[in-house]
Amino acid sequence: MQSDAIIEVRGLTKKYKEILAVNNLDLNLYEGDVFGFLGPNGAGKSTTIRMLLSLIKPTAGSINIFGKPLNENREDILRNVGAIVEKPDFYLYLSAYKNLEIFGKLSGADTSKKHIMEMLELVGLAKRYKSKVKTYSHGMKQRLGLAQALLHDPKLIILDEPTTGLDPQGIKEIRDLILHLSKDKHKTILLSSHILKEVEIIANRMIIINKGTTQIEGKVQDLLSKDNLSTEFEIDDIEKGVEILTNFNQLVTIKEKRNKSIIIEAEREIIPQINKQFVENGINVSSIVQSRSLEEYFLKITEGK
Amino acid sequence: MMLTIIQTELIKMFRKWRTYIGFIVILVLAGIVQTALYYEGKSAAEHAISNFSDNFVMLGNLFNGYFIGKILLQALYIHIPFLIVLVGGDLLAGEATAGTYRMLLTRPVTRLKLVTGKFLSGFIYTALFMGFVFLISIGVSCLLFGTGELIMVKEKIYIFAADDVLWRFILAFLFATLSMITVITISLFFSSLVANAIGPIISTMAVIIVSLIISNLPFDFVQEIRPYFFTNYLNDWTLFFVDKVEYKEVFKAVLVLLGHIIGLYAITSYIFVKKDILS
Repeated sequence: MQSDAIIEVRGLTKKYKEILAVNNLDLNLYEGDVFGFLGPNGAGKSTTIRMLLSLIKPTAGSINIFGKPLNENREDILRNVGAIVEKPDFYLYLSAYKNLEIFGKLSGADTSKKHIMEMLELVGLAKRYKSKVKTYSHGMKQRLGLAQALLHDPKLIILDEPTTGLDPQGIKEIRDLILHLSKDKHKTILLSSHILKEVEIIANRMIIINKGTTQIEGKVQDLLSKDNLSTEFEIDDIEKGVEILTNFNQLVTIKEKRNKSIIIEAEREIIPQINKQFVENGINVSSIVQSRSLEEYFLKITEGK
Repeated sequence: MMLTIIQTELIKMFRKWRTYIGFIVILVLAGIVQTALYYEGKSAAEHAISNFSDNFVMLGNLFNGYFIGKILLQALYIHIPFLIVLVGGDLLAGEATAGTYRMLLTRPVTRLKLVTGKFLSGFIYTALFMGFVFLISIGVSCLLFGTGELIMVKEKIYIFAADDVLWRFILAFLFATLSMITVITISLFFSSLVANAIGPIISTMAVIIVSLIISNLPFDFVQEIRPYFFTNYLNDWTLFFVDKVEYKEVFKAVLVLLGHIIGLYAITSYIFVKKDILS
Protein backbone atom coordinates (compact mmCIF):
# COMPACT_ATOMS: atom_id res chain seq x y z
CA MET A 1 0.00 0.00 0.00
CA GLN A 2 1.21 3.51 -0.81
CA SER A 3 2.12 5.58 2.21
CA ASP A 4 0.34 8.73 1.00
CA ALA A 5 -3.14 7.21 1.27
CA ILE A 6 -5.73 9.88 2.05
CA ILE A 7 -8.58 7.42 2.52
CA GLU A 8 -8.15 3.79 3.49
CA VAL A 9 -11.31 1.77 3.86
CA ARG A 10 -11.17 -1.83 4.99
CA GLY A 11 -14.02 -4.30 5.21
CA LEU A 12 -16.62 -1.54 5.35
CA THR A 13 -20.08 -2.96 5.92
CA LYS A 14 -23.47 -1.35 6.49
CA LYS A 15 -26.52 -3.42 7.22
CA TYR A 16 -30.06 -2.06 7.58
CA LYS A 17 -31.97 -4.89 9.22
CA GLU A 18 -31.93 -7.49 6.43
CA ILE A 19 -30.54 -5.24 3.72
CA LEU A 20 -26.80 -5.27 3.15
CA ALA A 21 -26.17 -1.82 1.65
CA VAL A 22 -22.37 -2.06 1.73
CA ASN A 23 -20.61 -5.37 2.03
CA ASN A 24 -16.97 -5.68 3.06
CA LEU A 25 -15.82 -2.79 0.87
CA ASP A 26 -12.15 -1.89 0.49
CA LEU A 27 -11.13 1.44 -1.00
CA ASN A 28 -7.89 3.42 -1.34
CA LEU A 29 -7.60 7.04 -2.28
CA TYR A 30 -4.17 8.60 -2.64
CA GLU A 31 -2.99 12.18 -2.42
CA GLY A 32 -3.65 14.07 -5.64
CA ASP A 33 -6.10 11.49 -6.97
CA VAL A 34 -9.25 12.36 -8.79
CA PHE A 35 -10.96 9.17 -7.84
CA GLY A 36 -14.02 8.04 -9.77
CA PHE A 37 -16.55 6.25 -7.59
CA LEU A 38 -18.89 4.31 -9.83
CA GLY A 39 -21.73 1.92 -9.44
CA PRO A 40 -25.32 1.47 -10.57
CA ASN A 41 -28.21 2.89 -8.54
CA GLY A 42 -28.44 1.18 -5.17
CA ALA A 43 -24.85 -0.07 -5.39
CA GLY A 44 -24.01 1.54 -2.06
CA LYS A 45 -22.13 4.65 -3.26
CA SER A 46 -24.10 7.19 -1.25
CA THR A 47 -24.11 4.94 1.82
CA THR A 48 -20.32 4.66 1.55
CA ILE A 49 -19.93 8.42 1.15
CA ARG A 50 -22.19 9.02 4.14
CA MET A 51 -20.02 6.66 6.18
CA LEU A 52 -16.87 8.48 5.01
CA LEU A 53 -18.42 11.69 6.32
CA SER A 54 -19.68 10.08 9.53
CA LEU A 55 -23.31 10.78 8.66
CA ILE A 56 -24.07 7.12 9.20
CA LYS A 57 -22.23 4.59 11.30
CA PRO A 58 -20.74 1.48 9.74
CA THR A 59 -21.92 -1.91 10.96
CA ALA A 60 -18.35 -3.18 10.57
CA GLY A 61 -15.01 -2.21 9.08
CA SER A 62 -12.60 0.66 9.41
CA ILE A 63 -12.22 4.07 7.81
CA ASN A 64 -8.92 5.91 8.04
CA ILE A 65 -8.68 9.40 6.57
CA PHE A 66 -5.39 11.33 6.54
CA GLY A 67 -3.95 8.28 8.34
CA LYS A 68 -6.29 8.59 11.32
CA PRO A 69 -9.31 6.49 12.31
CA LEU A 70 -12.45 8.49 11.46
CA ASN A 71 -14.50 7.59 14.52
CA GLU A 72 -11.77 8.79 16.91
CA ASN A 73 -10.70 11.89 14.95
CA ARG A 74 -13.94 13.01 13.35
CA GLU A 75 -13.59 16.75 13.96
CA ASP A 76 -9.88 16.87 13.01
CA ILE A 77 -10.60 15.02 9.80
CA LEU A 78 -13.72 16.94 8.79
CA ARG A 79 -11.79 20.21 9.18
CA ASN A 80 -9.95 19.16 6.03
CA VAL A 81 -12.85 17.67 4.12
CA GLY A 82 -15.30 19.50 1.89
CA ALA A 83 -18.31 17.63 0.58
CA ILE A 84 -21.50 17.60 -1.37
CA VAL A 85 -23.68 14.66 -0.40
CA GLU A 86 -26.34 13.98 -3.00
CA LYS A 87 -28.10 17.24 -3.86
CA PRO A 88 -26.82 20.26 -1.98
CA ASP A 89 -29.66 21.53 0.20
CA PHE A 90 -29.38 24.96 1.76
CA TYR A 91 -31.46 27.20 3.99
CA LEU A 92 -33.79 28.41 1.26
CA TYR A 93 -34.92 31.48 3.19
CA LEU A 94 -31.34 32.77 3.48
CA SER A 95 -29.15 34.33 0.82
CA ALA A 96 -26.28 32.42 -0.77
CA TYR A 97 -23.89 34.68 1.13
CA LYS A 98 -25.54 34.01 4.49
CA ASN A 99 -25.59 30.26 3.84
CA LEU A 100 -21.87 30.29 3.12
CA GLU A 101 -21.22 32.43 6.15
CA ILE A 102 -23.10 29.98 8.41
CA PHE A 103 -21.44 26.84 7.05
CA GLY A 104 -18.09 28.62 6.91
CA LYS A 105 -18.25 29.66 10.55
CA LEU A 106 -19.05 26.11 11.62
CA SER A 107 -16.13 24.83 9.54
CA GLY A 108 -13.69 27.33 10.99
CA ALA A 109 -13.26 28.94 7.56
CA ASP A 110 -12.31 32.50 6.77
CA THR A 111 -15.77 34.11 6.65
CA SER A 112 -14.63 37.58 5.66
CA LYS A 113 -16.73 39.13 2.93
CA LYS A 114 -13.71 39.10 0.61
CA HIS A 115 -13.20 35.34 0.96
CA ILE A 116 -16.88 34.43 0.66
CA MET A 117 -17.19 36.62 -2.44
CA GLU A 118 -14.08 34.95 -3.92
CA MET A 119 -15.74 31.58 -3.52
CA LEU A 120 -18.97 32.85 -5.05
CA GLU A 121 -16.93 34.34 -7.89
CA LEU A 122 -15.20 31.00 -8.43
CA VAL A 123 -18.53 29.26 -8.98
CA GLY A 124 -20.06 32.14 -10.92
CA LEU A 125 -22.60 33.26 -8.34
CA ALA A 126 -21.08 36.54 -7.17
CA LYS A 127 -23.75 38.63 -8.89
CA ARG A 128 -26.53 36.76 -7.08
CA TYR A 129 -24.93 36.69 -3.63
CA LYS A 130 -27.80 38.58 -2.03
CA SER A 131 -30.56 36.46 -3.56
CA LYS A 132 -32.34 33.95 -1.38
CA VAL A 133 -31.42 30.39 -2.28
CA LYS A 134 -35.10 29.59 -2.91
CA THR A 135 -34.81 31.71 -6.07
CA TYR A 136 -31.85 29.64 -7.34
CA SER A 137 -32.07 27.07 -10.09
CA HIS A 138 -30.87 23.53 -9.46
CA GLY A 139 -27.62 24.26 -11.28
CA MET A 140 -26.98 27.33 -9.16
CA LYS A 141 -27.55 25.31 -5.99
CA GLN A 142 -25.06 22.73 -7.24
CA ARG A 143 -22.49 25.47 -7.77
CA LEU A 144 -23.23 26.94 -4.37
CA GLY A 145 -22.73 23.44 -2.99
CA LEU A 146 -19.26 23.43 -4.48
CA ALA A 147 -18.56 26.85 -2.98
CA GLN A 148 -19.48 25.64 0.51
CA ALA A 149 -17.35 22.53 0.01
CA LEU A 150 -14.34 24.70 -0.89
CA LEU A 151 -14.85 27.55 1.56
CA HIS A 152 -12.57 26.16 4.29
CA ASP A 153 -9.86 25.18 1.79
CA PRO A 154 -10.07 21.42 2.46
CA LYS A 155 -7.41 18.94 1.32
CA LEU A 156 -9.99 16.32 0.41
CA ILE A 157 -13.16 17.04 -1.55
CA ILE A 158 -15.94 14.47 -1.73
CA LEU A 159 -18.48 15.10 -4.45
CA ASP A 160 -21.52 12.89 -4.71
CA GLU A 161 -23.14 13.32 -8.12
CA PRO A 162 -22.12 16.99 -8.46
CA THR A 163 -23.48 17.36 -11.97
CA THR A 164 -26.89 15.75 -11.48
CA GLY A 165 -29.59 17.80 -13.16
CA LEU A 166 -27.21 20.23 -14.83
CA ASP A 167 -27.38 21.22 -18.49
CA PRO A 168 -24.38 20.41 -20.73
CA GLN A 169 -22.91 23.86 -20.15
CA GLY A 170 -23.27 23.44 -16.37
CA ILE A 171 -21.70 19.97 -16.52
CA LYS A 172 -18.74 21.36 -18.43
CA GLU A 173 -18.31 24.20 -15.95
CA ILE A 174 -18.29 21.82 -12.98
CA ARG A 175 -15.95 19.46 -14.81
CA ASP A 176 -13.54 22.32 -15.56
CA LEU A 177 -13.73 23.43 -11.94
CA ILE A 178 -12.89 19.93 -10.70
CA LEU A 179 -9.95 19.76 -13.10
CA HIS A 180 -8.82 23.20 -11.90
CA LEU A 181 -9.03 22.08 -8.27
CA SER A 182 -7.05 18.96 -9.02
CA LYS A 183 -4.37 20.38 -11.28
CA ASP A 184 -3.92 23.91 -9.97
CA LYS A 185 -4.98 23.60 -6.33
CA HIS A 186 -3.68 20.03 -5.86
CA LYS A 187 -6.81 18.85 -4.12
CA THR A 188 -7.60 15.18 -3.69
CA ILE A 189 -11.07 14.50 -5.03
CA LEU A 190 -13.48 11.62 -4.66
CA LEU A 191 -16.07 11.92 -7.38
CA SER A 192 -19.17 9.82 -7.47
CA SER A 193 -21.00 10.21 -10.73
CA HIS A 194 -23.48 8.57 -13.01
CA ILE A 195 -21.96 10.34 -15.97
CA LEU A 196 -19.30 7.83 -16.88
CA LYS A 197 -17.82 9.96 -19.63
CA GLU A 198 -17.18 12.59 -16.99
CA VAL A 199 -15.27 10.15 -14.80
CA GLU A 200 -13.38 8.90 -17.82
CA ILE A 201 -12.27 12.46 -18.63
CA ILE A 202 -11.56 13.69 -15.11
CA ALA A 203 -10.50 10.72 -12.98
CA ASN A 204 -7.09 9.11 -12.86
CA ARG A 205 -8.20 6.24 -10.62
CA MET A 206 -11.57 4.63 -10.07
CA ILE A 207 -13.52 1.98 -8.30
CA ILE A 208 -16.66 0.25 -9.51
CA ILE A 209 -18.91 -1.15 -6.84
CA ASN A 210 -22.05 -3.21 -7.20
CA LYS A 211 -24.38 -4.57 -4.56
CA GLY A 212 -22.16 -3.01 -1.93
CA THR A 213 -18.97 -4.81 -2.91
CA THR A 214 -15.88 -3.77 -4.86
CA GLN A 215 -15.95 -5.02 -8.42
CA ILE A 216 -12.72 -3.45 -9.56
CA GLU A 217 -10.36 -0.69 -8.47
CA GLY A 218 -7.36 0.81 -10.23
CA LYS A 219 -6.06 3.39 -12.70
CA VAL A 220 -8.68 4.38 -15.26
CA GLN A 221 -6.35 3.89 -18.25
CA ASP A 222 -5.09 0.53 -16.99
CA LEU A 223 -8.61 -0.74 -16.46
CA LEU A 224 -9.83 0.47 -19.82
CA SER A 225 -6.94 -1.02 -21.78
CA LYS A 226 -7.11 -4.36 -20.02
CA ASP A 227 -9.40 -5.78 -22.69
CA ASN A 228 -9.60 -5.26 -26.42
CA LEU A 229 -11.31 -2.16 -27.73
CA SER A 230 -14.27 -2.14 -30.04
CA THR A 231 -13.51 0.14 -32.97
CA GLU A 232 -15.78 1.18 -35.78
CA PHE A 233 -14.11 2.03 -39.14
CA GLU A 234 -16.26 3.93 -41.60
CA ILE A 235 -14.82 3.02 -45.02
CA ASP A 236 -15.94 3.12 -48.65
CA ASP A 237 -15.09 -0.49 -49.57
CA ILE A 238 -16.30 -3.03 -47.02
CA GLU A 239 -15.29 -6.17 -48.92
CA LYS A 240 -11.75 -5.01 -49.47
CA GLY A 241 -11.60 -3.88 -45.86
CA VAL A 242 -12.60 -7.33 -44.62
CA GLU A 243 -9.94 -8.88 -46.85
CA ILE A 244 -7.26 -6.65 -45.31
CA LEU A 245 -8.45 -7.33 -41.79
CA THR A 246 -8.18 -11.10 -42.27
CA ASN A 247 -4.45 -10.59 -42.78
CA PHE A 248 -4.19 -9.55 -39.13
CA ASN A 249 -5.18 -13.12 -38.14
CA GLN A 250 -5.99 -13.49 -34.43
CA LEU A 251 -5.09 -9.89 -33.66
CA VAL A 252 -8.38 -8.63 -35.04
CA THR A 253 -11.89 -10.01 -34.70
CA ILE A 254 -14.63 -8.68 -36.95
CA LYS A 255 -17.65 -8.16 -34.75
CA GLU A 256 -20.08 -6.64 -37.24
CA LYS A 257 -20.28 -5.58 -40.86
CA ARG A 258 -22.55 -2.72 -41.76
CA ASN A 259 -23.31 -0.88 -45.00
CA LYS A 260 -20.49 1.57 -44.70
CA SER A 261 -18.63 0.46 -41.61
CA ILE A 262 -16.96 -2.47 -39.91
CA ILE A 263 -16.82 -2.96 -36.18
CA ILE A 264 -13.79 -4.85 -35.00
CA GLU A 265 -12.24 -5.87 -31.74
CA ALA A 266 -8.54 -5.31 -31.43
CA GLU A 267 -5.88 -4.04 -29.08
CA ARG A 268 -5.41 -0.29 -29.00
CA GLU A 269 -1.89 -0.53 -30.55
CA ILE A 270 -3.17 -2.34 -33.68
CA ILE A 271 -5.63 0.39 -34.68
CA PRO A 272 -3.08 2.74 -36.37
CA GLN A 273 -1.65 -0.22 -38.34
CA ILE A 274 -5.11 -1.18 -39.61
CA ASN A 275 -5.76 2.41 -40.62
CA LYS A 276 -2.42 2.54 -42.43
CA GLN A 277 -3.21 -0.70 -44.33
CA PHE A 278 -6.62 0.63 -45.38
CA VAL A 279 -5.16 3.85 -46.72
CA GLU A 280 -2.24 2.15 -48.47
CA ASN A 281 -4.73 -0.16 -50.20
CA GLY A 282 -6.78 2.74 -51.50
CA ILE A 283 -9.64 2.53 -49.01
CA ASN A 284 -10.99 5.89 -47.91
CA VAL A 285 -11.40 6.00 -44.12
CA SER A 286 -14.09 8.53 -43.16
CA SER A 287 -13.97 7.97 -39.41
CA ILE A 288 -12.58 5.77 -36.65
CA VAL A 289 -14.67 5.56 -33.48
CA GLN A 290 -13.49 3.63 -30.49
CA SER A 291 -16.56 2.35 -28.76
CA ARG A 292 -14.68 0.73 -25.93
CA SER A 293 -15.57 3.37 -23.37
CA LEU A 294 -15.96 3.42 -19.64
CA GLU A 295 -19.67 2.97 -20.19
CA GLU A 296 -19.12 -0.34 -21.93
CA TYR A 297 -16.60 -1.36 -19.31
CA PHE A 298 -18.97 -0.34 -16.53
CA LEU A 299 -21.80 -2.41 -17.98
CA LYS A 300 -19.48 -5.36 -18.43
CA ILE A 301 -18.44 -5.19 -14.79
CA THR A 302 -21.84 -4.50 -13.27
CA GLU A 303 -24.02 -6.60 -15.54
CA GLY A 304 -21.50 -9.17 -16.73
CA LYS A 305 -22.06 -8.15 -20.39
CA MET B 1 -17.42 27.09 19.16
CA MET B 2 -20.60 26.85 21.24
CA LEU B 3 -21.14 30.60 20.85
CA THR B 4 -20.73 30.26 17.07
CA ILE B 5 -23.28 27.44 16.99
CA ILE B 6 -25.77 29.44 19.03
CA GLN B 7 -25.16 32.51 16.89
CA THR B 8 -25.78 30.59 13.65
CA GLU B 9 -28.85 28.90 15.13
CA LEU B 10 -30.32 32.23 16.17
CA ILE B 11 -29.62 33.70 12.72
CA LYS B 12 -31.48 30.78 11.12
CA MET B 13 -34.29 30.97 13.65
CA PHE B 14 -34.92 34.69 13.39
CA ARG B 15 -34.80 34.68 9.60
CA LYS B 16 -37.80 32.33 9.57
CA TRP B 17 -41.32 33.64 9.40
CA ARG B 18 -42.67 31.04 11.84
CA THR B 19 -40.47 32.46 14.61
CA TYR B 20 -42.53 35.64 14.61
CA ILE B 21 -45.97 34.00 14.66
CA GLY B 22 -45.99 33.83 18.46
CA PHE B 23 -44.87 37.45 18.82
CA ILE B 24 -47.54 38.64 16.39
CA VAL B 25 -50.31 36.60 18.06
CA ILE B 26 -49.42 38.00 21.50
CA LEU B 27 -49.15 41.52 20.14
CA VAL B 28 -52.57 41.29 18.46
CA LEU B 29 -54.36 39.61 21.39
CA ALA B 30 -52.85 41.87 24.03
CA GLY B 31 -53.48 44.89 21.83
CA ILE B 32 -57.14 44.04 21.39
CA VAL B 33 -57.69 43.40 25.11
CA GLN B 34 -55.78 46.51 26.20
CA THR B 35 -57.55 48.73 23.69
CA ALA B 36 -60.96 47.38 24.73
CA LEU B 37 -60.15 47.85 28.41
CA TYR B 38 -58.76 51.30 27.79
CA TYR B 39 -62.09 52.47 26.39
CA GLU B 40 -64.59 50.30 28.23
CA GLY B 41 -62.67 48.57 30.96
CA LYS B 42 -63.33 50.81 33.91
CA SER B 43 -67.05 50.07 33.97
CA ALA B 44 -66.39 46.36 33.42
CA ALA B 45 -63.91 46.30 36.30
CA GLU B 46 -66.27 48.19 38.55
CA HIS B 47 -68.92 45.61 37.71
CA ALA B 48 -66.47 42.77 38.46
CA ILE B 49 -65.65 44.09 41.93
CA SER B 50 -69.16 45.24 42.71
CA ASN B 51 -69.58 42.27 45.09
CA PHE B 52 -66.65 43.49 47.14
CA SER B 53 -67.64 47.13 47.05
CA ASP B 54 -70.70 46.27 49.12
CA ASN B 55 -68.42 45.20 51.97
CA PHE B 56 -65.21 47.14 51.29
CA VAL B 57 -64.39 50.71 50.62
CA MET B 58 -62.23 50.78 47.47
CA LEU B 59 -59.72 53.63 47.34
CA GLY B 60 -57.10 54.49 44.73
CA ASN B 61 -56.52 53.12 41.25
CA LEU B 62 -57.16 49.39 41.51
CA PHE B 63 -57.88 49.21 37.81
CA ASN B 64 -54.21 49.74 36.96
CA GLY B 65 -51.49 48.28 34.73
CA TYR B 66 -50.51 45.55 37.20
CA PHE B 67 -54.08 44.37 37.52
CA ILE B 68 -54.72 44.41 33.76
CA GLY B 69 -51.31 42.83 33.10
CA LYS B 70 -51.97 40.01 35.53
CA ILE B 71 -55.41 39.31 34.04
CA LEU B 72 -53.89 39.43 30.54
CA LEU B 73 -51.09 37.04 31.48
CA GLN B 74 -53.57 34.54 32.89
CA ALA B 75 -55.59 34.70 29.69
CA LEU B 76 -52.60 34.44 27.35
CA TYR B 77 -50.57 31.90 29.30
CA ILE B 78 -52.65 28.88 28.32
CA HIS B 79 -51.92 29.52 24.62
CA ILE B 80 -48.19 30.01 24.95
CA PRO B 81 -47.19 26.31 24.67
CA PHE B 82 -48.90 26.19 21.23
CA LEU B 83 -46.81 29.13 20.08
CA ILE B 84 -43.53 27.91 21.59
CA VAL B 85 -43.68 24.47 19.95
CA LEU B 86 -44.06 26.06 16.51
CA VAL B 87 -40.39 26.94 16.81
CA GLY B 88 -39.20 24.05 18.99
CA GLY B 89 -40.72 21.39 16.75
CA ASP B 90 -38.86 22.79 13.77
CA LEU B 91 -35.42 23.14 15.34
CA LEU B 92 -34.19 19.63 14.53
CA ALA B 93 -36.88 18.21 12.24
CA GLY B 94 -36.68 21.34 10.07
CA GLU B 95 -33.07 20.46 9.20
CA ALA B 96 -34.17 16.96 8.17
CA THR B 97 -37.05 18.33 6.08
CA ALA B 98 -34.80 20.83 4.34
CA GLY B 99 -32.05 18.24 3.82
CA THR B 100 -29.55 20.51 5.55
CA TYR B 101 -28.56 17.87 8.12
CA ARG B 102 -26.15 16.53 5.49
CA MET B 103 -24.28 19.81 5.36
CA LEU B 104 -24.62 20.69 9.01
CA LEU B 105 -23.37 17.36 10.30
CA THR B 106 -20.34 17.24 8.04
CA ARG B 107 -18.88 20.28 9.80
CA PRO B 108 -15.98 19.73 12.20
CA VAL B 109 -18.25 20.08 15.21
CA THR B 110 -19.40 17.24 17.46
CA ARG B 111 -23.04 16.27 17.23
CA LEU B 112 -23.34 16.77 20.97
CA LYS B 113 -22.27 20.40 20.59
CA LEU B 114 -24.68 20.91 17.71
CA VAL B 115 -27.67 19.49 19.55
CA THR B 116 -26.70 21.41 22.70
CA GLY B 117 -26.54 24.57 20.58
CA LYS B 118 -30.03 23.80 19.28
CA PHE B 119 -31.35 23.39 22.83
CA LEU B 120 -29.70 26.57 24.06
CA SER B 121 -31.03 28.52 21.07
CA GLY B 122 -34.49 27.14 21.82
CA PHE B 123 -34.11 28.25 25.44
CA ILE B 124 -32.99 31.72 24.36
CA TYR B 125 -35.99 31.99 22.04
CA THR B 126 -38.29 30.89 24.88
CA ALA B 127 -36.81 33.45 27.27
CA LEU B 128 -37.11 36.21 24.66
CA PHE B 129 -40.67 35.22 23.88
CA MET B 130 -41.68 35.07 27.53
CA GLY B 131 -39.94 38.40 28.10
CA PHE B 132 -42.01 39.81 25.25
CA VAL B 133 -45.23 38.35 26.70
CA PHE B 134 -44.54 39.88 30.12
CA LEU B 135 -43.37 43.16 28.65
CA ILE B 136 -46.46 43.53 26.48
CA SER B 137 -48.80 42.39 29.24
CA ILE B 138 -47.32 44.28 32.18
CA GLY B 139 -45.21 47.01 30.58
CA VAL B 140 -47.74 48.25 28.05
CA SER B 141 -50.59 47.92 30.56
CA CYS B 142 -48.65 50.05 33.05
CA LEU B 143 -48.04 52.66 30.34
CA LEU B 144 -51.74 52.75 29.46
CA PHE B 145 -53.30 52.37 32.89
CA GLY B 146 -50.57 53.46 35.25
CA THR B 147 -49.39 51.55 38.34
CA GLY B 148 -50.95 51.01 41.72
CA GLU B 149 -51.90 48.28 44.16
CA LEU B 150 -52.50 44.84 42.77
CA ILE B 151 -55.71 43.21 43.91
CA MET B 152 -55.80 39.42 43.69
CA VAL B 153 -58.55 36.98 44.51
CA LYS B 154 -57.15 33.53 45.16
CA GLU B 155 -59.03 31.67 47.88
CA LYS B 156 -58.84 34.99 49.70
CA ILE B 157 -58.34 38.57 48.68
CA TYR B 158 -54.78 39.85 48.48
CA ILE B 159 -53.92 43.45 47.97
CA PHE B 160 -50.26 44.11 47.25
CA ALA B 161 -48.80 47.58 47.61
CA ALA B 162 -47.54 49.11 44.37
CA ASP B 163 -43.90 48.74 45.47
CA ASP B 164 -44.48 45.09 46.39
CA VAL B 165 -45.53 43.94 42.93
CA LEU B 166 -42.67 44.22 40.45
CA TRP B 167 -40.42 41.60 42.06
CA ARG B 168 -43.35 39.18 42.00
CA PHE B 169 -43.74 39.69 38.25
CA ILE B 170 -39.98 39.22 37.74
CA LEU B 171 -39.96 35.91 39.65
CA ALA B 172 -43.18 34.87 37.87
CA PHE B 173 -41.48 35.63 34.55
CA LEU B 174 -38.45 33.49 35.48
CA PHE B 175 -40.67 30.62 36.61
CA ALA B 176 -42.94 30.84 33.56
CA THR B 177 -39.85 30.83 31.33
CA LEU B 178 -38.64 27.64 33.02
CA SER B 179 -42.08 26.06 32.48
CA MET B 180 -42.03 26.95 28.80
CA ILE B 181 -38.43 25.74 28.44
CA THR B 182 -39.79 22.37 29.58
CA VAL B 183 -42.38 22.57 26.81
CA ILE B 184 -39.81 23.45 24.13
CA THR B 185 -37.55 20.65 25.43
CA ILE B 186 -40.37 18.15 24.83
CA SER B 187 -40.83 19.47 21.30
CA LEU B 188 -37.07 19.21 20.68
CA PHE B 189 -37.16 15.60 21.85
CA PHE B 190 -39.91 14.77 19.35
CA SER B 191 -38.14 16.89 16.75
CA SER B 192 -35.09 14.62 16.97
CA LEU B 193 -37.18 11.56 16.12
CA VAL B 194 -38.81 12.64 12.87
CA ALA B 195 -38.14 14.47 9.62
CA ASN B 196 -41.15 16.78 9.67
CA ALA B 197 -41.90 19.65 12.05
CA ILE B 198 -45.66 18.95 12.17
CA GLY B 199 -45.18 15.69 14.08
CA PRO B 200 -43.29 17.23 17.02
CA ILE B 201 -45.79 20.10 17.28
CA ILE B 202 -48.78 17.77 17.47
CA SER B 203 -46.97 15.26 19.70
CA THR B 204 -45.94 17.92 22.22
CA MET B 205 -49.45 19.30 22.43
CA ALA B 206 -50.79 15.76 22.78
CA VAL B 207 -48.38 15.11 25.65
CA ILE B 208 -49.47 18.31 27.42
CA ILE B 209 -53.17 17.57 26.98
CA VAL B 210 -52.86 13.89 27.98
CA SER B 211 -50.71 14.79 31.01
CA LEU B 212 -53.24 17.39 32.10
CA ILE B 213 -56.12 14.94 31.77
CA ILE B 214 -54.31 12.10 33.54
CA SER B 215 -53.08 14.28 36.37
CA ASN B 216 -56.63 15.46 36.99
CA LEU B 217 -58.21 12.01 37.12
CA PRO B 218 -59.77 11.40 40.55
CA PHE B 219 -57.98 8.11 41.27
CA ASP B 220 -55.63 7.42 44.17
CA PHE B 221 -52.76 6.09 42.07
CA VAL B 222 -52.95 9.21 39.89
CA GLN B 223 -52.66 11.37 43.00
CA GLU B 224 -49.45 9.50 43.84
CA ILE B 225 -47.82 10.12 40.47
CA ARG B 226 -49.32 13.57 39.98
CA PRO B 227 -46.40 15.43 41.61
CA TYR B 228 -44.10 14.06 38.87
CA PHE B 229 -46.15 15.43 35.98
CA PHE B 230 -44.62 18.62 34.57
CA THR B 231 -48.10 19.88 33.68
CA ASN B 232 -48.82 20.02 37.38
CA TYR B 233 -46.42 22.98 37.65
CA LEU B 234 -46.91 24.88 34.40
CA ASN B 235 -49.17 27.39 36.12
CA ASP B 236 -47.13 27.76 39.28
CA TRP B 237 -45.89 31.20 38.27
CA THR B 238 -48.97 32.37 40.17
CA LEU B 239 -47.35 31.07 43.40
CA PHE B 240 -45.65 34.45 43.67
CA PHE B 241 -48.96 36.28 44.01
CA VAL B 242 -49.81 35.35 47.57
CA ASP B 243 -49.02 37.10 50.79
CA LYS B 244 -46.27 34.74 51.84
CA VAL B 245 -44.62 32.96 48.91
CA GLU B 246 -44.25 29.22 49.57
CA TYR B 247 -40.65 28.87 48.39
CA LYS B 248 -40.64 25.19 49.29
CA GLU B 249 -43.42 24.65 46.72
CA VAL B 250 -41.59 26.77 44.19
CA PHE B 251 -38.36 24.82 44.75
CA LYS B 252 -40.19 21.51 44.31
CA ALA B 253 -41.76 22.72 41.07
CA VAL B 254 -38.40 23.96 39.79
CA LEU B 255 -36.81 20.58 40.57
CA VAL B 256 -39.49 18.63 38.68
CA LEU B 257 -39.27 20.95 35.67
CA LEU B 258 -35.46 20.86 35.67
CA GLY B 259 -35.62 17.07 35.94
CA HIS B 260 -37.76 16.93 32.81
CA ILE B 261 -35.48 19.34 30.95
CA ILE B 262 -32.25 17.54 31.85
CA GLY B 263 -33.73 14.08 31.28
CA LEU B 264 -35.17 14.94 27.89
CA TYR B 265 -32.00 16.77 26.85
CA ALA B 266 -29.94 13.67 27.72
CA ILE B 267 -32.26 11.32 25.79
CA THR B 268 -32.44 13.66 22.78
CA SER B 269 -28.66 14.08 22.71
CA TYR B 270 -28.15 10.32 22.85
CA ILE B 271 -30.61 9.77 19.98
CA PHE B 272 -29.07 12.58 17.94
CA VAL B 273 -25.48 11.44 18.41
CA LYS B 274 -26.34 7.84 17.46
CA LYS B 275 -28.68 8.74 14.61
CA ASP B 276 -27.93 7.72 11.02
CA ILE B 277 -28.57 10.67 8.73
CA LEU B 278 -30.57 9.25 5.85
CA SER B 279 -32.50 12.38 4.83
